[in-house]
Amino acid sequence: MAVEVRIPTILRTYTGGEKAVPGEGTTLSEVIESLESNHPGIKERLIEPGGDQDGPGDLRRFVNVYVNDEDVRFTGGLGTAVSDGDQVVVLPAVAGG
Amino acid sequence: MLRIPREVVDAMVAHAKRDHPDEACGVVAGPEGSDRPERFVPMLNAASSPTFYEFDPTDLLRLYREMDDRGEEPVVVYHSHTATEAYPSRTDVNLAMEPLAHYVLVSTREHGNSDGPVELRSYRIVDGVVTEEDVVVEAANQTGV
Repeated sequence: MAVEVRIPTILRTYTGGEKAVPGEGTTLSEVIESLESNHPGIKERLIEPGGDQDGPGDLRRFVNVYVNDEDVRFTGGLGTAVSDGDQVVVLPAVAGG
Repeated sequence: MLRIPREVVDAMVAHAKRDHPDEACGVVAGPEGSDRPERFVPMLNAASSPTFYEFDPTDLLRLYREMDDRGEEPVVVYHSHTATEAYPSRTDVNLAMEPLAHYVLVSTREHGNSDGPVELRSYRIVDGVVTEEDVVVEAANQTGV
């Protein structure tokens, strides 16, 4: 499944300045793996480090990911299904203290 | 240096005073690459807290789509401190993810919801490094608005 992934300014250092890059997969997790193979280092900016024993890490608290405008926190997180032509948007939280 | 129209400053200050003692937050959008903060966009503080602010994730997506459609970017990201000075907290620094934005802080600790001057300062926050910058407030007629 080919999807478009919108990349926020702060992560464009990984994509050569590109605002949107293609991704592949049937779940968000697979799409992120495909991003990582093309843009090494980007995965750890999106996902908490998780050891093999602990299972895969979860999405970082202050990173928002949307599939077709739905916040994936409400659609199954990293397991969210994606289909051909879907759009994935990554937006860091705007937050502070 | 941040150049910003008077009425945008007034709107940020009014928002901060209105929401005191909770933190107020928002952006000032401007044409991409222009460094001109033009369109004042107050946001809801989803945390409703005197010590934390966060844009609601749904509002956040709507805001960025809207800016995208209009060829804008967040030139200014602003929020208030309600009990401390207008200087980025450790949390502000750790969570600052707009390397091109001016981070504007307004402190309402002196006068709260009442009239009276507030402290307003601007910073760049890039890779955990805070750099304060001058703020030049422009009269409305100089910017043609």
